[in-house]
Amino acid sequence: MLSTQQEQRVAEIDAIIERHGRSRSALIPILQDVQRRHDAIGDFAMQAIADRLGIHPVEVYGVVTFYAFLNEDCRGRFVIRLCRTISCDLAGRDAVANQLRNDLGIEFGGTTADGRFTLEWANCIGMCDQGPALLVNDQVFTHVTPEKVHDILSACTRAFGLHGAQEVQVR
Amino acid sequence: MTICNDMTLAAIEPDAGLAAALKLDRAGVIGEIRRSGMKGRGGAGFPTGVKWNLAAAAQGDRKFIVCNADEGEPGTFKDRVILTEWPGRVFEGMTIAGYAVGATEGILYLRGEYAYLRHGLEQCLAKRREEHLLGNDICGKTGFGFDVRIHMGAGAYVCGEETALIESLEGRRGEARNRPPFPVNTGLGGMPTIVNNVETFAWATAILARGADWFKAIGTEQSTGPKMLSVSGDVERPGVYEFPLGTPIREVLRAAGGEDAKAVVVGGASGQCVPANRFARTVSYEDVATGGAVIVFGPGRNMLDVAENFLEFFVDESCGQCTPCRIGNVKLLEGVRRLKRGECSTQQLRELRALGETMRVASKCGLGQSSPNAFLSIIEHFRREIPSRVPVTVEA
Repeated sequence: MLSTQQEQRVAEIDAIIERHGRSRSALIPILQDVQRRHDAIGDFAMQAIADRLGIHPVEVYGVVTFYAFLNEDCRGRFVIRLCRTISCDLAGRDAVANQLRNDLGIEFGGTTADGRFTLEWANCIGMCDQGPALLVNDQVFTHVTPEKVHDILSACTRAFGLHGAQEVQVR
Repeated sequence: MTICNDMTLAAIEPDAGLAAALKLDRAGVIGEIRRSGMKGRGGAGFPTGVKWNLAAAAQGDRKFIVCNADEGEPGTFKDRVILTEWPGRVFEGMTIAGYAVGATEGILYLRGEYAYLRHGLEQCLAKRREEHLLGNDICGKTGFGFDVRIHMGAGAYVCGEETALIESLEGRRGEARNRPPFPVNTGLGGMPTIVNNVETFAWATAILARGADWFKAIGTEQSTGPKMLSVSGDVERPGVYEFPLGTPIREVLRAAGGEDAKAVVVGGASGQCVPANRFARTVSYEDVATGGAVIVFGPGRNMLDVAENFLEFFVDESCGQCTPCRIGNVKLLEGVRRLKRGECSTQQLRELRALGETMRVASKCGLGQSSPNAFLSIIEHFRREIPSRVPVTVEA
């Protein structure tokens, strides 16, 4: 039997919830998995999760909007988070930021029109001895220079052509 | 190079601490930690033995051992290095704590930014389960079971505060609770819970392996033991260093190659600024306390830029539940920008300082209470740089 896209989504969310258990304490792991599967946690998903955990959807919304790594709206396939905190700042963050803006053609907080890249600031990512540092999804890059920005972005583009968000290999 | 000098943790024999702990009774383990005089390595400096003792005495059907690996303090990265190099010593320390207080469940709260560490940590846990260092009847000790799971954070600095971390574990916004009650009595799910820093658990292992007397012989009377420091900024050799507590800041700078520094900020964004003429001050709980961050500023740096960066951080990371922190940081940031433009009157500067003092006493949790520290100490020590500033709008 054919199922609607919403029914498919609910089935996926159910499977995720079953894996973590129907308890409030599982909410953040559930949200992280839903986001990994659907790139974002939209209104529909929030309502579905709230129904299953027996809490008000506003509680779910409150959690999603509180954490920097949980998003309501769709992000690019590669979320680039450049550390803006002090040690990376001293090490040359601004030049890297500028190169990212120029090469991607977007501002911080924006997503490229093709949906490949989102550019964001991060607060200290714990790479203070190797700055400037940035995260591409879960992967960390250190000692980033404006020249290296191009290599990182083209490695992402190559990986995108293959299977989407897999590990990014920089030569 | 990330690791810059000899690390005691590298020389601690694996699982010697756990074996030594299991030969003692529970009170004996806690006694050893108390006798060592160790204070928490996360920054707040609460005596670890006292915390464990309170949790052991607390009544509860379940008890939890939580390792705080939400290392978000700007300039701090020693926990990342410990979790990469010696994760076994951390899990061992958690197991010892579980034995000491009668807990069977451990949780490592790993910050979202460190997701790439998870795979290695899971492998370490799997290996320990295979070797009967986790699970049931650990090391053949009948009736002692303990296991650890990893919980991923989702990007919130405030979750490094222990009650906010517990809220997050319970699936809520990371908003700090009022204390008391303390987590040792009413923690995760209302059950007695120990929350300790990554480094604290690693040193607990070392104390059991080598004895409290060994640990006590290092450092000062009030600040016992070695401490790992994350040194970054304007130095030739940034990275993780180990020093006995009580080491003068000057010596840390000499080791890292930053003798010409104008100032250091010890303790990260929530720490304090120490100018060059005070470099004889020591890294210790009784002098300049720190969770491990030492950020070094060379002669050319403008300290108002530093204060601005820190306040941008706090404006972004304040959870927003209490007013002094939510609004105060915004006002301090506006003030710093006014100072930078050379547009701040003496009266306004006085008001900013008063606001900072208010935030210290009136904020609900450690984030708000410590957020004005760097600003206030920079204003205090670099006052001469400030009123003399020429407004940038005036043409030369």
